[in-house]
Amino acid sequence: MDQFIEQIVTGLSIGSILLLVALGLSIIYGSMGIINLAHGEFVMLGAYAAWVFHTYLGLGLLASLVPIFLVVAAFGWVIERYVLSLLNNRPLDTILATWGVGIMLQQAVRLMVGSELRYVQLPPALSDSMSVFGIPVSSYRVFLFVVSIALFGATWLLMNRTTVGMKLRAIIQDRSVAASFGINAKRVYALTFAYGAGLAGLAGALVSPLKSVSPDMGTGYVVDAFMVVVLGGVQSLAGTVASAFILGELSGGIAFLQNDTVAKAIVLLAIVVLIRFRPEGLFTARVRA
Amino acid sequence: MSISRRTLLRNTAALGAFAGAGLPHIWIKNADLAYAAGGEIKVGVLFSLTGTTAIIEESLNKATLLAIEEINAAGGIKGSKIVPIVEDPASDPATFSEKARKLVVGDKCVSVFGSYTSASRKAVLPVFERQNNLYWYPTLYEGRECSKNVIYTGAVPNQQQDEFVPWLVKKFGKKFYLIGSNYIYPKEENNYCKKLLEKLGGEVVAEEYVPLGHSEFSSVINKIRSTQPNVIFSTVVGDSVVALHRQYKAAGLDPEKMPMASLTTSENEVAAMGGEAAAGHFTSAPYFMVHKSPENEKFVEAYKKRWGADKVTHFVSEACYFQTYLFKQAVEKLATSDLTPPSIRDAVKGQSMIAPQGKVEIEPENLHTWLWPKIAQAKSNGQFEILVEAKEWLKPVPYAAYPGQSCTEKGLVEKS
Repeated sequence: MDQFIEQIVTGLSIGSILLLVALGLSIIYGSMGIINLAHGEFVMLGAYAAWVFHTYLGLGLLASLVPIFLVVAAFGWVIERYVLSLLNNRPLDTILATWGVGIMLQQAVRLMVGSELRYVQLPPALSDSMSVFGIPVSSYRVFLFVVSIALFGATWLLMNRTTVGMKLRAIIQDRSVAASFGINAKRVYALTFAYGAGLAGLAGALVSPLKSVSPDMGTGYVVDAFMVVVLGGVQSLAGTVASAFILGELSGGIAFLQNDTVAKAIVLLAIVVLIRFRPEGLFTARVRA
Repeated sequence: MSISRRTLLRNTAALGAFAGAGLPHIWIKNADLAYAAGGEIKVGVLFSLTGTTAIIEESLNKATLLAIEEINAAGGIKGSKIVPIVEDPASDPATFSEKARKLVVGDKCVSVFGSYTSASRKAVLPVFERQNNLYWYPTLYEGRECSKNVIYTGAVPNQQQDEFVPWLVKKFGKKFYLIGSNYIYPKEENNYCKKLLEKLGGEVVAEEYVPLGHSEFSSVINKIRSTQPNVIFSTVVGDSVVALHRQYKAAGLDPEKMPMASLTTSENEVAAMGGEAAAGHFTSAPYFMVHKSPENEKFVEAYKKRWGADKVTHFVSEACYFQTYLFKQAVEKLATSDLTPPSIRDAVKGQSMIAPQGKVEIEPENLHTWLWPKIAQAKSNGQFEILVEAKEWLKPVPYAAYPGQSCTEKGLVEKS
């Protein structure tokens, strides 16, 4: 029984990390429909920003979260404004462009700070483990869980309870009609993309003390993020949350029973099969077309 | 840009002069075999500067270049300068093979120093065997290879485990949890480890492989908790090493009761995971940065001076460094006209020198290297503390896990 609970808690923790990484993509891909292959590099930039703030400015991870969000969001804004907005409505070109941007970011980081692994310190206050349902769990993982839920809440509020969110939803439904009502679609798109990028940056910073920081760390995360968003169903924030935790429990569980190699293969296979029969994903927002 | 008559004339003249200078070259007999022409000895340096394994290979490139610069600054080899031709194979085995061919066939390098992963070594092997050139491989690896065109200066399983595994059993207990990355190196090391454990009456509670680049170890840690091994024997490589150590620490496991014993965790990985996550765990290797010897002091100082005070040296970069000096010694033995890859190979047999780790020697039989095994424990300051130093150097036995097979001068011999 203990082992079972232990494994459930582990799955929740893996799920919360998946959610963190996928949340930004859920906005950019799920809502705006931009297939952003540079998502993993935004995650990587966030991790490097954490390293820079820590190494050169002496800021702890927690203190630098807000500046990291702003820095990566600014990056996202620039890329939307000067690359993607010029390619509006051309999905194939956008895929290629974001892929190219991703490669350039990787190489730029490599040229500027070198390709060795970097070290981001675990916040000392969270470096111990605590007891959850009688099971020892790393405090930092509990913290990540709370943060991911909080970020989801903030994003949900932003999309559903603010003017920017309302404008975005209007644009998604029909861009030209929204524009004729005086909504500046360009500006809203740029801001939303920046927000999504900022979330990805936060995710990178937050996972960096548990994992490792290197120029090509993004490659793995972009795959995870797309799996979560596609499984959850595009345009569905709640679906992203559900699918993140489903995937977390599933891969954690299989890894426990078998091993991580098998888990990776089975999870991917399951998603492929599911998409075959439910192309819209598990959860779809009902939108009147 | 318009081409004026004058520039056209000048360029044509330059081209003519260039062609003229090049022309006599083809009339010299065997010009393409002159490996030491014009006071220059060309060697290839083939470490990934981009891609996944650039993380570690960058330091191998640096250590090799440092040794070459030192040799050149001290007058080169009998007056000839070593000219390194650096290529970046981008962590991709196919590119490794392509660049190796370029260095050997195109640039006519007399030797190539390169590779970190076994996959990349296997990829370039056909190039060196077909062209009868010479490859210098500095990495610890799984053994089970017997090429006449590779000089192996890293440790093979018997050199890392013969002392280590019995020591671990004696100190911590007989229950081992084997974890590695999912490819050939960890599997072969574990094969050997299981053999040793069998002799010692040990027990393997789990043998598990994670995908390369894996970074989520919570389920592995749950399994470790439920099987309660005495030792976690790790051959996880690359950035996974960092994730595993950090998550082990964050989960509140105690290295004093259940330490990780690694064949792959060096100063390089420790710097990335932070001393607090590394502290208390063990590594077996022939070299550690803290090893006390005048040669090592000199090496560490020169490395830091050349590449930055925050840089670390480790057991693979040390091998890069000394193998370049062994190359120099072998070339010194030969007349300039005799300088070919096979003659260097024959000259390096039995060559020895005092490396930073101690005296090393190329075993004539199998072209592997006699090394000095050491066992060390990581400290929170990011360095290791050497606990056990072998009293004698250890012979390389690349087929240690395969009784009946051995690598000899005639190649692989099987006794039935």
